[in-house]
Amino acid sequence: MTFLSGITILLVYQLVGEVTVRLLSLSIPGPVLGMVMLFVTLMMRGKTPDSLENASTALLSHLSLLFVPAGVGMMSHFGRIADEWLPITLALFLSTIITMVATAGVMQMTSRWLARPESPGGQRDE
Amino acid sequence: MNDTGIRDIWVYLSASPLLGLTVTLVAYGLAYRVYLKANSSPFVNPVLTSVVMLIALLMLTGTTYDEYFEGGQFVHFLLGPATVALAVPLYQQLERLRELWLPVAISLVFGVVIAAGSSIGLAWLLGGSAEIQMSLAPKSATAPVAMGISETIGGIPSLTAVLVVITGITGAVTGTRLFELMRIRDDSVKGIAIGVAAHGIGTARAFQVSNQMGAFSGLAMALSAFATALVVPWLVDLIGI
Repeated sequence: MTFLSGITILLVYQLVGEVTVRLLSLSIPGPVLGMVMLFVTLMMRGKTPDSLENASTALLSHLSLLFVPAGVGMMSHFGRIADEWLPITLALFLSTIITMVATAGVMQMTSRWLARPESPGGQRDE
Repeated sequence: MNDTGIRDIWVYLSASPLLGLTVTLVAYGLAYRVYLKANSSPFVNPVLTSVVMLIALLMLTGTTYDEYFEGGQFVHFLLGPATVALAVPLYQQLERLRELWLPVAISLVFGVVIAAGSSIGLAWLLGGSAEIQMSLAPKSATAPVAMGISETIGGIPSLTAVLVVITGITGAVTGTRLFELMRIRDDSVKGIAIGVAAHGIGTARAFQVSNQMGAFSGLAMALSAFATALVVPWLVDLIGI
């Protein structure tokens, strides 16, 4: 039962997110807005109900599985990918690496400079 | 007699979502076991292995993607509630997030512009058509957002969905090794970088490393979905394609 109410909370937030996005014709997806709304709710309540924690842990522990059906969709695009395989594969691969390296570099630098300087010497212990 | 029996069963199975759903779970179960056997080596990323197995199976049996998706859609649907569920680990990292909100915000905006700009630029340099450039542009955002953006800027939404998954796999496979080479030890830094570049698949990988890396990756994925939706159409206008 607790798992069921956790899932219900998630679906309600997703539903509210989807409806809001459509009503206000926003360009962000409903689940992302639902996530922000749930985050704000948790901040206001100050704690996570057990049922919600169980349901989200269960879903997130196999997050990779959820991408499999979209990935299989690759088979419908073999022709297109074969036609322009070089720009597609190289641009995708290099751009992903560049993005990760650059973002990590910026985050590393800015967190050293800008994180609340309460403890001298930058990084605080975890 | 026996042959027609088998054919009848196949006719039933190919018309029902049961088979597509079951093979998805079985393939993932196998892929995950291989992944554990290989000491969680990112090269046998479970998404990659299961996608390869499933495509091989569908091609061998002459099943179309649409037939498969009848069953696959039930798994696909859970992406929505799973995205909402990211609020929970994020909330658990609230303290750390309060400390780091400014660096996080700067890195996110920077990362989103780099992700879109570099993929358009590289595809253009390598002679890719405008359609391919536009299909690649939102590849680092999570699938539903990326597909919407692709449509507005003149890409092919269903191709974008596939590129999004390949991008995620690329990020998940290379991420931890790259961060090692860059000598980055802070899990919040790694999480933000992998979440911006490789959305949910990167986030799934990040959760396997640590809860903190997962939470920051989930945050980066969610906020960069917002940022990508705002920045990419503007960037495309600016470049003037």
